[in-house]
Amino acid sequence: MEGNLMMKKPDLTKIRTFLLGSRTSYGLVFNVVLYLLLVAIGFVYLYPLLFMFVTSMKSPTDLLNPMVQWVPTGVYLGNYEKAFRVLDYPTTLVSSILVSVLPSLITAAVCSLVGYGLARYRFAGKTIVFGLILATFIIPAQNTVIPQMLTYKELGLLGNIFALLLPAMFGQGYRSAIFILIFYQTFQSLPKVLEEAARLDGASDLKIFFQIALPAAVPAFIITIIFSIVWYWNETYLTVIFLEGGIQTLPMQLAKFTQAYENLYPPGMVNIFDRLNEAVKLAGTFLNILPLLVMYFVLQKWFVESVERSGVTGE
Amino acid sequence: MTERKPLHFRGIGLRARENLYGYGFILLWLIGFAVFTVVPLVQTFFFSLNQVTVTATGIDLLPVQWANYTRALVTDPNFVELLIEYAIETLVSVPIVIIFSMIIAMFLNLKFRFKGFFRTIFFLPVVITSGPVIQELTAQGATSVPGVASTAALTEFLAQLPGYLRSPVEYLLTSFILILWFSGVQILIYLSSLQKIDKSVYEAASIDGASAWESFWKITLPSLSTTTLINAAYTIITLSHFSENKVIKYIYSQTYAVQGGIGYSSAMSFLYFFVLLLLLAVTYLVLSPRRERRS
Repeated sequence: MEGNLMMKKPDLTKIRTFLLGSRTSYGLVFNVVLYLLLVAIGFVYLYPLLFMFVTSMKSPTDLLNPMVQWVPTGVYLGNYEKAFRVLDYPTTLVSSILVSVLPSLITAAVCSLVGYGLARYRFAGKTIVFGLILATFIIPAQNTVIPQMLTYKELGLLGNIFALLLPAMFGQGYRSAIFILIFYQTFQSLPKVLEEAARLDGASDLKIFFQIALPAAVPAFIITIIFSIVWYWNETYLTVIFLEGGIQTLPMQLAKFTQAYENLYPPGMVNIFDRLNEAVKLAGTFLNILPLLVMYFVLQKWFVESVERSGVTGE
Repeated sequence: MTERKPLHFRGIGLRARENLYGYGFILLWLIGFAVFTVVPLVQTFFFSLNQVTVTATGIDLLPVQWANYTRALVTDPNFVELLIEYAIETLVSVPIVIIFSMIIAMFLNLKFRFKGFFRTIFFLPVVITSGPVIQELTAQGATSVPGVASTAALTEFLAQLPGYLRSPVEYLLTSFILILWFSGVQILIYLSSLQKIDKSVYEAASIDGASAWESFWKITLPSLSTTTLINAAYTIITLSHFSENKVIKYIYSQTYAVQGGIGYSSAMSFLYFFVLLLLLAVTYLVLSPRRERRS
């Protein structure tokens, strides 16, 4: 009897460790709960995308068939063909890329300058400047956009990409405040030693900035450019007001999808299967986010890791 | 340029030099701030005190003092209602975004297999949340909790709730995924501040016999208090700036309306801005780390 008990004890602890974990491993129960939660939350996140993708592949007959929920009866690309034409895809894609990439590059360049100035020089009124930078992030666009629009109209810049580039050149691009703070944090965390050594060697401040500080801030540039591209791409309030009539971006075209569709396929003229339905709309939506999805999956390592590495917190 | 070096070594000039170069680096931003933020802001405020008519040659102003503001607050049947709805929805969304992004960040801070895969999924919304995309997805019913939002049981349940609770609960159920989609950047911010917490604190606590649960409440949460404040503010601001926001859409529609016009929409913009600041102030008072320390 006694021997039996002695045998059982270590077994129990082993099972206990296996299920509940020890100091070095999480244990089975924890792992199962973790993965269940991860999959559940992941599903909630992916659900709209899956829904969009599956629906966009449905043919008109599949749409009407209540039996077809998640698996369409066949591969049907007709919705994409229509959406491609309605969105005027090649043109809008190119202008979307221009409208997001150009301001982002400028924003990164200007914000790095400003961030460096704030991180490396002690000047009077710096706290106030920080407050004002935060204010530019808080002030809603509609509180400043109309006078700007009127000015651009006078200058003949409405519908011109310069309407977006000009604010970016002066550090007032879309969400520039965040990027300034990112650069500020990055430059603050860099050791000053190299810069001081260069200064003793007689290098000018600008030379120090370009040759020593900038090369060390590559992660900040990557985050800024990627995030800025994404945000400019998705921004529609300012682009509609500033670019309408001149440049059509993908999201702008998506916003008036119904109207554009009915111009191409007048409701009275086409047969019932070519009427606008949700599958075509979602195909258009998918085409809209496709370039960003591709960029995200190509760059996602940088996207997340450089943020983690540079430690972006607004402290 | 030549006197720079002696200035630097003289010591007295050091402060002047720092001022000079500091302002030199931020000069572009200062000009931009004046031209693209202060001037338009003041102009918009000026518009809000006038009846603005757009003519072929420019704009005509007719001073009306605070009439646009009283109209928005007293006469307009929609604006105040939309504003209250916006405030409630924002206050409902913020805790959800905060809690979810904190949980997900803590998951991603653990070591487990397929972490990269899950991380990719959780940051996906950052890439795709644009106004028209969200609008399409909402219109096609892709953003409500699958199979919940349209059931009869739910409609019954909602009908039994008192009026002031019905709209927040309904909003919660129909836009749950949408709310979660606004938590991408917040996850990143939490993640990077979680990684800054010293691992040895946890080790010390576990040697002293603290469970993981206790460690969370006593170590993790207090270390994240500033981050939570930042995230709450960020959430409020992004939700308030989102172009599908009902108040923004209403203000935008009034800008070009015959009855409304630029003056009226400017007044509403300022009222909206004021409510946004109010929400930020409330959040600050609730989440301020100083208060937690005292209690």
